[in-house]
Amino acid sequence: MLTSITNFINNWGVEIWEAFIDTMIMVGVSLTLSIIIGLPLGVLLTLTGPGKALENKVLYQILNTIINILRSIPFIILLFFILPFTKLVAGTTIGVQGVIVPLVVFTAPYIARLMESSLLEVDRGVIEAYEAMGIKTRHIIWHVLIREARPSIILGLTIATIGLIGATAMAGLVGAGGLGDLAYRYGHLRYQADIMYVTVIILIILVQGVQTIGNRVSARLKKD
Amino acid sequence: MIEFRNLTKVFQDKKREVKALHNVSLKVKEGSIFGVIGYSGAGKSTLVRMANLLEKPTSGQVLFEGHDLTELSGNQLNEVRQQMGMIFQSFNLLKTGTVYENIALPLKLTGVSKSEIDKRVEKYIQIVGLQDKLKAYPAQLSGGQKQRVAIARALAHEPKVLLCDEATSALDPDTTEAILELLSKINKELGITILLITHEMNVVQKICHEVAVMEQGKVIEQGSVIDVFSKPQTDTAKRFIHSLFNDDIPGDLLKKLKNNGKLVALSFIGESAGDPALAMVTKKYDVFPSILGGNITDLKERPFGRLIVHLDGSESEAQKAINYLKESGVIVETYNKGGINHVN
Ligand SMILES: Nc1ncnc2c1ncn2[C@@H]1O[C@H](COP(=O)(O)OP(=O)(O)OP(=O)(O)O)[C@@H](O)[C@H]1O
Ligand SMILES: [Mg+2]
Repeated sequence: MLTSITNFINNWGVEIWEAFIDTMIMVGVSLTLSIIIGLPLGVLLTLTGPGKALENKVLYQILNTIINILRSIPFIILLFFILPFTKLVAGTTIGVQGVIVPLVVFTAPYIARLMESSLLEVDRGVIEAYEAMGIKTRHIIWHVLIREARPSIILGLTIATIGLIGATAMAGLVGAGGLGDLAYRYGHLRYQADIMYVTVIILIILVQGVQTIGNRVSARLKKD
Repeated sequence: MIEFRNLTKVFQDKKREVKALHNVSLKVKEGSIFGVIGYSGAGKSTLVRMANLLEKPTSGQVLFEGHDLTELSGNQLNEVRQQMGMIFQSFNLLKTGTVYENIALPLKLTGVSKSEIDKRVEKYIQIVGLQDKLKAYPAQLSGGQKQRVAIARALAHEPKVLLCDEATSALDPDTTEAILELLSKINKELGITILLITHEMNVVQKICHEVAVMEQGKVIEQGSVIDVFSKPQTDTAKRFIHSLFNDDIPGDLLKKLKNNGKLVALSFIGESAGDPALAMVTKKYDVFPSILGGNITDLKERPFGRLIVHLDGSESEAQKAINYLKESGVIVETYNKGGINHVN
């Protein structure tokens, strides 16, 4: 038993490690970019919605429609669908660099939606209290709206991260590597079941870990 | 200090227009506690939210220290708002912040220095009596304590005016009493003008100097609390006062008593509340007064009493007794179920 584990690690350790790192890079980079894009979009959706502080029907409808369209395309199709755009932005359509763009296009709208629903949960009364104290709108957005929504935002980001981990599994199709790709190439195409099992277990642990951390952080931020 | 001039507010609902305010004019004097009372939907919240322009009037003017707020730019309005504290029925504290943070954050965001913030937090948490709760989160506080934090948060800006939108409506009677006392103290000791709205007459009775009664978006009656209490003009005002004294007399008894003598409501204000006028009546005239109900309350400093009395005797003797009571400074009204009317 022990020797077979040692053997397995000797044979596949490096490859699995590299795949793991690739996955982490893809998730990390595209998550960061998606938050940078998605959070402000979520704020914008919240503020321009019907009956809201900066109500703007045109802007709200445009954002709403774009987000809905992007969210209705499965990632595997999106990946090919936006190839020209990817080429334009990233300069390449393959490898880790090439897959970041579709991952962001896939995740940012999702995060915007999750942010919107988190921000809408914030009590209107608190915002009003801050308006009544003569606090500037941008301060209210950051120090009240986002602050109060933090526990819920963290849970949303947890869900988005897990979705993102799933999406990176398909990144192998454009040669980006990662755990999903490893399982697919060796496990499925070459019938190396043990590789498949190991990567699946790693993915499970990864997802469990992300969810647990997300829940903990959210619970810690939540004070009621 | 605050003046509303011909304020009208029309809300555009999906289908219809709602006229929440109709040509309302009011003046809140510096240093006073001004109460606006009315039933649900009368437009009270809409009115108090006009004072700091949380709600923009459809037409009319809002003046604060003589300046028309509707003409200010966004930044100027923010500066004025910092001089007007506001507290709400639902407290509106940051759930994710401690008591300290709840008071300190708005100060920080309006550019108050760190050392000044600490000084003010300490001072005002003391005034509301929650020194030992600075590290607590709102979820760990009772409703009354949350409102105290909200009051400290408002006071920490050292405002000239405090606006209260049903500040005690979510609290039990004892807590309400304590918060009202706190508001009274703030008014007296810090000299802060208070504009409050409520649907509870006892709030007006306990702390207000002046009162306006609202109905369907209009101010239908206003004046000093004493005047409105002792000589209410409108049915709504009468009903509010009636609610406070709870002087209903059972219908059967009412019918029986109406057959002979007179059934009257006597109101005593201030010093005359202790007067033995009623006792004198029995001596002077051939009537037998029997007291069916009554109450004395404190109207901001002055006692105000009301008795429901049956004057048993002949019509003419009863009338003489009434005249005597009036001469002695008692306000006499005939009593009808659910309402009172002046007699001559
Ligand atoms: N944002 C709004 N949009 C449409 N109608 C509104 C809006 N705010 C208030 N109204 C309407 O204006 C009228 C007055 O409302 P307001 O909240 O001022 O009453 P209120 O006297 O404070 O009542 P309550 O004691 O129930 O709080 C009501 O008919 C209400 O439905
Ligand atoms: Mg109201």
